[in-house]
Amino acid sequence: MLIRRAPDIRPSEITPESIYLGRRAFMAGTGALLAGSAIPGIAFADVEPQALPKVIKSKYTVDEKVNSYKEITTYNNFYEYGTDKGEPAVNAPGLLKPSPWTVTVDGECNKPGTVDVDDFIKTSALEERVYRHRCVEAWSMVIPWVGVPLADVIKRFEPNGNAKYVAFQTLDDPKQMPGEKSDLVYPWPYTEGLRMDEAMNALTLLSVGLYGKTLAAQNGAPIRLVVPWKYGFKDIKSIVRISFVRNQPKTMWNQIAADEYGFYANVNPNHDHPRWSQAKERRIGEFLRRPTLMFNGYTEQVASLYSGMNLDTWY
Amino acid sequence: MAGPRSLPWWKPTIKTGLHALYTLPILALLARGYADYSGTDFLGGLGVNPIETVIRNLGDWSIRFLIVALAVTPVRRISGLPQIARYRRMLGLWAFAYVTIHLLFFIGVDQYFDWHEIWKEILKNKFITVGMLGFVFLLPLALTSTSGMIRRLGAARWRRLHRLVYFAGIAGAIHYIWMVKAITIEPVIYTAIIAILLAMRVFWWAQTRQAIAPQRVASKAG
Repeated sequence: MLIRRAPDIRPSEITPESIYLGRRAFMAGTGALLAGSAIPGIAFADVEPQALPKVIKSKYTVDEKVNSYKEITTYNNFYEYGTDKGEPAVNAPGLLKPSPWTVTVDGECNKPGTVDVDDFIKTSALEERVYRHRCVEAWSMVIPWVGVPLADVIKRFEPNGNAKYVAFQTLDDPKQMPGEKSDLVYPWPYTEGLRMDEAMNALTLLSVGLYGKTLAAQNGAPIRLVVPWKYGFKDIKSIVRISFVRNQPKTMWNQIAADEYGFYANVNPNHDHPRWSQAKERRIGEFLRRPTLMFNGYTEQVASLYSGMNLDTWY
Repeated sequence: MAGPRSLPWWKPTIKTGLHALYTLPILALLARGYADYSGTDFLGGLGVNPIETVIRNLGDWSIRFLIVALAVTPVRRISGLPQIARYRRMLGLWAFAYVTIHLLFFIGVDQYFDWHEIWKEILKNKFITVGMLGFVFLLPLALTSTSGMIRRLGAARWRRLHRLVYFAGIAGAIHYIWMVKAITIEPVIYTAIIAILLAMRVFWWAQTRQAIAPQRVASKAG
């Protein structure tokens, strides 16, 4: 009832190349400035985000005002670095070592193996996709991600007929992620999961970058998931393991409060969080709340995944 | 030397000092807002979601100042400093002021006077329902805070009415706990402090009752 815009992406919605080139030039300048300000002799855990060459524009792009790099990198839910949304930007860059980084891929597949993320970034055809991002806390952004369709990566490992779900796991290292020191409330490490057909959907992105650069630590460097029709907590950060499994995997927020954070977690303005409404959202940078769109505006691409399912039961 | 002799020299100073202290959070928010506006970086500005920052900051100070007001009586009893009691009304009214600004900010800025939406939020969102309830508990206390009202109500009735502040404290704690996505440390700490402050009152009340009860029995037997 709240779907306002035609959900399919028209060619006219793709941002002209020149605007991106302009932004690239700006980012390159910023990069140089940051590199120049680095103090020699001090070893930072993190390197500043690096410019990514050869990024192809994807047709999966929404024509909405993109949030600024500052907005996207200073307002993050990454509880491994603190529960306040300002904390990850302060704490993560000095602690997370995004390179070298290996992702283990295992479970129900013919070719289990590993992915070296530096190689992966160098050898993959990277796409830029401007997606809406809707947090379960009722705020949203528009983010220019860089990545590879998860489906392309999954195919390399040849999942077998038993692979009904894909499970994801974040780095488990309290030295790099101090929030993981206490298991009192949160069953670390962070875990997430998708049904196989959700994982194979054309929109599902394995992201390695943002704004034409590698991911900042607070955004889940060096590799994270982006599932734009689901609430943001499904977009697991700093992934170290991807497993093909038979049964629906346990996921972090679902284990903490199953009645509040479902496994599916599809953006749905008609199904409220038990403690707050999901009908509207505050787009960061805007004053008035805007109506939330079913499947975050991606109905056309994903509604068929859930045909016949009661979305009030499978929230 | 100057001023009426009946007032000890430190009395007005403490009150003015407290007033000054209690305006600091508001001044800090204004300064952070101005920092964003002028492009400087005072205390990190208000961040990329200034409305959320302000409303949560006002909420934080509301519950902290409510705790301070709730602590006056226990601190007075434990410390044996009866003069602390004279700041109770002022501290309570300041807590009420912050709660009110917090609520007005929700109505006027966060919801932009969308009364239909505000009413829906109050009914639907449990954490807002309980927050509103807390405000409703505090409102009659602020209205009857004048010496004239104490006289008109009579001390006993006034005291009974003002026990509503305990329920306001409980509502404030639940409001905070229910607001966050999952358990975080701050609301748990505030809830624990409020629980202790209320438990002390229950303990003293039970003690008084016990002290009175044997006397009653004794007087009957006599």
